[in-house]
Amino acid sequence: MTQIHFTVNGESKALEAPPMKRLLDVLREDLHLTGAKEGCGEGECGSCSVLMNGDLVNSCLVPILQAEGAQITTIEGVAITEQLHPIQQCFLENGGAQCGICTPGMILATHHLLKKYKDPSLLQIQEGLSGNLCRCTGYIRIFNAVQAAALAGVAE
Amino acid sequence: MTSQPQIVGNSPIRKEGIAKVLGRARYVDDITLPGMWFGATVRSSIPRGRITSIAFDPSIPWHEYTIVSAADIPGENCIVHLTKDHPCLAVTHVNHCEEPILLLAHPNRSALPAAVAAVHITYEELPAIYSIEDSEKKEQIIWGEGESANTFKTYLMQKDQKPIPDEIWQTADYIVEGEYRTGAQEQLYIENNGVIAEYDAVKGVTVQGSMQCPYYLVHALELVFNLPAEKCRVIQTETGGAFGGKEDFPSVIGSHAALLAMKSGHPVKLCYDRAEDMAATTKRHPSRTRHRTAVSKDGKLLAGEIDFAIDGGAYATLSPVVLSRGTIHAPGPYHWPHLTVRAKAMTTNIPPHGAFRGFGAPQSIFALERHMDKIAKVVGLTPEEFRRRNFLATGGHTATGQLLKDPVDMQHLLTRALEESNYHAKREQFDRDNPTSTIKRGIGFATFFHGAGFTGSGERRLNSLVEIELTPEGQPRLLVSSTEFGQGTNTILCQIAAQTLHLPYDQILIAQPDTGHVPNSGPTVASRTAMVVGKLVQRAAQSLLATLAPLLSSRSAAEGPAVASELPHDYTPEDFRHAALHYLAEHGSLKTEARYQSPGDIFWDDETYSGEAYPAYAWAVYVAEVAVDTTTYSASVTNFYALQEVGKVLHPILAAGQIEGGVAQGIGYALYEKCTWNNGHLANNQMTNYIMPTSADVPPIHVTFEEIPSPHGAFGAKGIGELPMDGPAPAILNAIEHATGIAFTEIPLLPEDIFERMTRTPEAGSESLDTAVAGPIFSEATA
Repeated sequence: MTQIHFTVNGESKALEAPPMKRLLDVLREDLHLTGAKEGCGEGECGSCSVLMNGDLVNSCLVPILQAEGAQITTIEGVAITEQLHPIQQCFLENGGAQCGICTPGMILATHHLLKKYKDPSLLQIQEGLSGNLCRCTGYIRIFNAVQAAALAGVAE
Repeated sequence: MTSQPQIVGNSPIRKEGIAKVLGRARYVDDITLPGMWFGATVRSSIPRGRITSIAFDPSIPWHEYTIVSAADIPGENCIVHLTKDHPCLAVTHVNHCEEPILLLAHPNRSALPAAVAAVHITYEELPAIYSIEDSEKKEQIIWGEGESANTFKTYLMQKDQKPIPDEIWQTADYIVEGEYRTGAQEQLYIENNGVIAEYDAVKGVTVQGSMQCPYYLVHALELVFNLPAEKCRVIQTETGGAFGGKEDFPSVIGSHAALLAMKSGHPVKLCYDRAEDMAATTKRHPSRTRHRTAVSKDGKLLAGEIDFAIDGGAYATLSPVVLSRGTIHAPGPYHWPHLTVRAKAMTTNIPPHGAFRGFGAPQSIFALERHMDKIAKVVGLTPEEFRRRNFLATGGHTATGQLLKDPVDMQHLLTRALEESNYHAKREQFDRDNPTSTIKRGIGFATFFHGAGFTGSGERRLNSLVEIELTPEGQPRLLVSSTEFGQGTNTILCQIAAQTLHLPYDQILIAQPDTGHVPNSGPTVASRTAMVVGKLVQRAAQSLLATLAPLLSSRSAAEGPAVASELPHDYTPEDFRHAALHYLAEHGSLKTEARYQSPGDIFWDDETYSGEAYPAYAWAVYVAEVAVDTTTYSASVTNFYALQEVGKVLHPILAAGQIEGGVAQGIGYALYEKCTWNNGHLANNQMTNYIMPTSADVPPIHVTFEEIPSPHGAFGAKGIGELPMDGPAPAILNAIEHATGIAFTEIPLLPEDIFERMTRTPEAGSESLDTAVAGPIFSEATA
């Protein structure tokens, strides 16, 4: 067991965990943040995506030891108090969420993408989200949602 | 006076959408119950054999575990779908890899994988079969006997119940033959199959989880536990994609978890990981279709023989009904003066195949739409002109003898789709550019239909029931077993109720599907929810309104004379709430219902396979543009046009999302998704090596609808869920034939397949359509 100190959605956390325990499991089991989902357990589907020090990571591939001192943002930390974040609002309005299981990861990937590109081209959106699989939408409504969020000036 | 805003036909936000974008929607693996244990499954490592011994490795503290075998099953050791051939747990024999043999439960999830690996099972292996061809040989009989040896089901479908006269074949100008194959396809919902079960000696079994059809699972539990239906409660939790993959399989995993809960005395969560889900659960049936078609010089279909075979895997599951839909869709939207379809579902030692969006139709439509392009080439017509000469039209009869009473205009759909995709100009441009380019471009299309609702007498047998109740606050709440798994069930049913009740969309509630509280409105399958369940919601809402009418119309009457036979409509939401509360104060509660009524003019004969196969059909033309890179031999779809007539579109954003998602799955089916079997075991049971389309792989998808309201669905809706799975694969391969000149006949079509075929020497084979060299593929008969 290892002592881990890190910040999750702006709150500092201290906990004990086996050093190789996956960040995903620590979030879901120890911190009861179940917004990140396990889709494949091998970094292919992106449904466990979270932001770690501003980078988009698959939390199923991050041993908790590696998160020592890190700043983590999960889907639970995206909304501004009870108000939807503009990206969430754009996903909602544009049909970007269907079954919803990939949605938390998609929204974090969008968040990351719009930090990188204020006004991404379709190609940049396609590449930026290509680590996040969606089986329902065919991605088209997700592209629309990202473009709408860019238009709303999400990146500040 | 209030004017009712149009709710049906607009796109209000998804009913459960806010919870989903916030990450607060609760999927089964997000739920923890007090004292909950975790389950795991010990599975067969061989495709076929007799179990000779089971040993428990002493390195594991087995006293900490609950172990369930078939001996612990209180009822029948059987998962019931259509027949009783499917054991809940194997006893003496196994018939496929990954067949469940034992179940384990432990308080600690991480203690399970080592325990599963420490159960040592030995077998006496028996010869296994993996293909339709091997199954047909019947050298090994692995299921049934006599006529039904290795055969789950056969159908004979004949136009007018008559065989094709011999003289048709003798006098036809051309006889064109072809064989087409499709592979297995994984549903690949991003949320794996999972459930949580509880057991109580008095209350019975409760299972909650990811599923499409809660009442199917009730039915399965009744048999396994020998309990009455009221002691088998099933609750659907938020479901992260299904596509048919959670139609029949939850009966298996739900029964397993419930057995562990009963024996352990704890709630048990059984959630598969990706590798287990892919290896052990159902996939789309592989198929082989053989066409033999008689055609006249002027391009008229004279007669067709279609042999349609699907690989059902080791147990029947839903194969007979998958075969049925595939059979009825095999003739496509064309007029056949004479037609015979012989269909069969064969047994193999592959894990059982099951439901997947389209349900047999994508397989037979792929074959037909490739074959139509082939016939056109033989006859010397364009694919467009040949189809135009054979389309079904209003007043025509389908191959099952169904009169097409509702308007059908495939000619117009084809014209519009080809115009919108700029098909003719692109075809010419690609023909000009291809000879000097290493990237060969092509454009092709498919024309097809898809029946909405259960096949044949299915809806009559389902006898679905919908209820609407008033909450104590006076809000209408829909009670249906129809489930939401992304497609928009919650949203469209609430839109229909809101429109009918003249209330704002957000004032309509929908209950969680819990068989303890909702009636059986049938399974959420077969493109039936919008049309069949939607109509029932509309009728139940009308009934609610009729009950409240005296309380509402007193107000209307004050404003002007009301027509007695009309339901009230001039009231505000506030008026409705007052009327509802008034009624509740007087009567305590209000619940109205609507039960399925078969339209009087729908008849189906299972014996002769004739009649009204579906109450309504959606009609479509899909156009694909492709690029084949002759350096890498990879094919990609560069543009896609999907035009369909689906009746009234209830929610344009959801409807377009359904079409786009189906097209993406169809692109995967055609070009990427290959199940590689190794001695009956899925070798690529990972997202790393089973490749589905990513955001970088999808082309622009242009979705357009034509809306001809159908009398069968609420506000004129028909079904759309499965339709978009049917057209992409043949349209893509037709486009690849245009790009390369090669008539591929099999999907998935991977770069290695294209490489193999494009680098073959002329001596080894030719796609020349010169009849002298085309050999047995087709022959020109003398007139």
